[in-house]
Amino acid sequence: MLAAALVGLLVYGVVHGGEDKSLDDAVKAGKRPEAPGLTMKRPLLNAAGEKSLADYKGQVVVLNFWASWCEPCRDEAPLLEKAQQKLAAARSGTVLGATFNDATDDSAAFEKEFKVTYPSLRDVGTDLAHGFGTRNLPETFVLDRQGRVVAISRGQVSQKFLDTALAEAQRAGSAS
Amino acid sequence: MRRLALALTAILAALLLPVTTSAAQAAATPTPRTSLHAVESEVMCVSCGVPLAIAESPQADAERREITRLIEQGKTKQEILDSLVATYGDRVLASPKDEGFGLAAYLVPIALVLAMLAGLAIALPRWRRNRDAADSSPAAARPALTDADSQRLAEDLARYDV
Repeated sequence: MLAAALVGLLVYGVVHGGEDKSLDDAVKAGKRPEAPGLTMKRPLLNAAGEKSLADYKGQVVVLNFWASWCEPCRDEAPLLEKAQQKLAAARSGTVLGATFNDATDDSAAFEKEFKVTYPSLRDVGTDLAHGFGTRNLPETFVLDRQGRVVAISRGQVSQKFLDTALAEAQRAGSAS
Repeated sequence: MRRLALALTAILAALLLPVTTSAAQAAATPTPRTSLHAVESEVMCVSCGVPLAIAESPQADAERREITRLIEQGKTKQEILDSLVATYGDRVLASPKDEGFGLAAYLVPIALVLAMLAGLAIALPRWRRNRDAADSSPAAARPALTDADSQRLAEDLARYDV
């Protein structure tokens, strides 16, 4: 019986332990899956209170998982800030950071260093990141106004990715 | 005379200033109540999935810096662990908490040992009874020889001078 239980555990580990690509596959296939953890409340960095992705419905959201210890995150921070300035000027959306396994003081220092103006959530326990299949940093997900995922960048974002994804998100939002 | 008094006051002030400054600094800097090593051995590098004590990564270095900062604030080991849990979640603890789901990590091994002991308690007397039964009736346990086999055995034995 014990052996059967161990074999069962092994099979479960093999089946569920691998990378979950379902979100990436759906986006690649042109579907617009609902953002995982849409209603999951996370504490705000540098501000009191909690917010969830659902609180940003009606806006295009560039959800970026980052940490102060992540080198590529430093490289992409200016690009994301530039995107934030554009979105804020057009009042069409926001970049939303989510810290990943990072000390609060370090995250705050990072924001100060890169003059980040967009809000960030503290993803304590990385439950939100886990829902998006995020294991490495940085990773960015662009959501349309209905909170659906339209583009994924598993790695450092480029200006080209942001331009294409934001255009797609605006289109997806206005089409439905 | 006044000049001499002023000079002496200045010298005295210069001599006393470092003493008072270092005393003030000592009062401002709390005494460490634990060590990096003591905390490191009880937490994980959450991104690498290995104990922090053996982890080598930028995230592990950041975690160590945070622990050092908290030690310098004079926090106890438990206070530091609580602070790390608030930042990283329960996964930062090397040993699961003895409550909720984490309790399973302690109960399952105990349950397995108890189940094995119960299995042995049932199987051992049965095995002993079977062995005793076999010992008490040796003839019944052994297959009987046919006449042909008995004769062959006798012939074989006769060939040896035993």
